[in-house]
Amino acid sequence: MNPTAISVKNLDLYYGEKQALKNIHVDIDERSVTALIGPSGCGKSTFLRTLNRMNDLIPNVRIEGQILIKDTDIYSDEVDVEMLRKRVGMVFQAPNPFPKSIYENVAYGPRIHGLNDKKKLDEIVERSLRGAALWDEVKDRLKDRATGLSGGQQQRLCIARALAVEPDILLMDEPTSALDPISTLKVEELVQELKKNYTIVIVTHNMQQAARISDKTAFFLNGDLIEYNDTDKLFSNPDHQQTEEYITGRFG
Amino acid sequence: MAAEELMSKHKTALNHERAFDEERKIASRVKQRRGRNRLAHGLFFLATLVGVLVLAVLLFDIFQRGWSYVTADFMNNFASRFPSRAGIKGALWGSIWLIAITAPLTFIIGVGAAIYLEEYAKKGWISTLIQVNISNLAGVPSIVFGMLGLTIFVQILALKKSVLAGGLTLTLLILPVVIVAAREAIASVPNSLRHASLAMGATRWQTIQKVVLPYALPGIMTGTILALSRAIGETAPLIMVGAATFLAFTPGSVFDEFSALPIQIYNWVAQPKEEFSNLAAAGIIVLLVILLTMNGLAIFLRNKFQR
Ligand SMILES: Nc1ncnc2c1ncn2[C@@H]1O[C@H](COP(=O)(O)OP(=O)(O)OP(=O)(O)O)[C@@H](O)[C@H]1O
Ligand SMILES: [Mg+2]
Repeated sequence: MNPTAISVKNLDLYYGEKQALKNIHVDIDERSVTALIGPSGCGKSTFLRTLNRMNDLIPNVRIEGQILIKDTDIYSDEVDVEMLRKRVGMVFQAPNPFPKSIYENVAYGPRIHGLNDKKKLDEIVERSLRGAALWDEVKDRLKDRATGLSGGQQQRLCIARALAVEPDILLMDEPTSALDPISTLKVEELVQELKKNYTIVIVTHNMQQAARISDKTAFFLNGDLIEYNDTDKLFSNPDHQQTEEYITGRFG
Repeated sequence: MAAEELMSKHKTALNHERAFDEERKIASRVKQRRGRNRLAHGLFFLATLVGVLVLAVLLFDIFQRGWSYVTADFMNNFASRFPSRAGIKGALWGSIWLIAITAPLTFIIGVGAAIYLEEYAKKGWISTLIQVNISNLAGVPSIVFGMLGLTIFVQILALKKSVLAGGLTLTLLILPVVIVAAREAIASVPNSLRHASLAMGATRWQTIQKVVLPYALPGIMTGTILALSRAIGETAPLIMVGAATFLAFTPGSVFDEFSALPIQIYNWVAQPKEEFSNLAAAGIIVLLVILLTMNGLAIFLRNKFQR
């Protein structure tokens, strides 16, 4: 059994008056893939954003409860948000490369954290692009604009960019929803590969995808965490009626 | 049974006829609409034509009168009582000094204010109030800024009739326009890019420096250059702060007296001798060349960096 990477306790989140997450308890294992599923608006993205405090950017958000990463509560005062986000990387739903070169996109993270050594940057760029299974496709045009890549390549570039800051945890919010089946497959294979070194939490609307790539699955409904279980168990023999109804497509 | 069938056939025939009628009506209405469209098209073309024609006549008149006066001597001589010896050097250099003072100041202050308002200030009634005020300031007549400059720079700060006082006054004048343009450019940066940067652990300031500003820069520069070309053509506020109309030297420092192109032109136009008004036309040509160059630069920047 892997040790725990993230431990969420009694988590409540409010957007103004509206409660979007209700008393969430989850322990996420190191070096595993955890899938978050549930109907639109149930709070998957909201939950994901609590893990790297991207919710801080939204006005009028109130958060109660605890999220422990390496035994520190990430919402306590002594935690440095920038350091937290360096450790907990994020890949967004729509690919969002900077309008800079491919190289500069990947080097962006290391640079903002103070690395300027050209040789080390070269190394990191290559390693990250290889890690994101993109190196062979772009190695001859690192100076080209990233926005000229295909959607699938852009998304893998965004993954490479996230890897370049060497996080421990990688959050992915529907990373394949804007991609074609082949690019999707590539990203899925990549997730399997990355799992060896990273803890991955991934939101997906695609139940087959969740079943294919995750070790554990969390099913959300209206801000409640209904069921959190081994993926095999959850999809074959869920503990809860509502989970059963959702995965068999009876609602949502 | 048969009767019913007959009835229904009759009904469909009726329906067909009605549909046909309907179609004819629409067709005639389409014709009307087309006619109106052509009319609107023609009217708008005429409106455009008026603008273009007036401009053409103006340019023709100015070039006809002034072109032969734009000579090396004209560029190198100072103002004079004798038309044959009068030149534009003092005014030209005065204008260049003014731009050299105004451009960096408006850019730095304008971008700074825009960054604060767009990236740092909490959105609320205070920020709305500031925003409305700035937009209103952009519409205040330039002579009012001249009075402000006279009071603050010339008198209170005792800068006298210096080119610095003139430059600062023009800075105040175009600052609102630059702030509005810079804000719009910054607001057009997609949030997804900010989030990408912040999610990697960048601070807000790093995100602004490395993502927001590079993306917004062409828009900011275009806005600044267009505002500057407005400043170059301004006369009223410069008269208020005491720009000279008759100078035999170019400013050697920011504290020296100065003249400016529009002031010189205005002065020549006001002279009774016919030749002076031709000199004014020549001065306008010089001013136009500078304006066109600046606008061209703005367009070039916009196209070059367009995403
Ligand atoms: N910035 C916000 N301000 C106010 N309410 C929000 C905000 N973001 C999300 N919400 C609300 O919180 C709830 C959860 O939203 P969230 O985006 O987390 O859902 P989701 O499960 O990710 O949905 P989807 O599958 O459509 O992405 C929704 O009811 C939504 O309307
Ligand atoms: Mg979502």
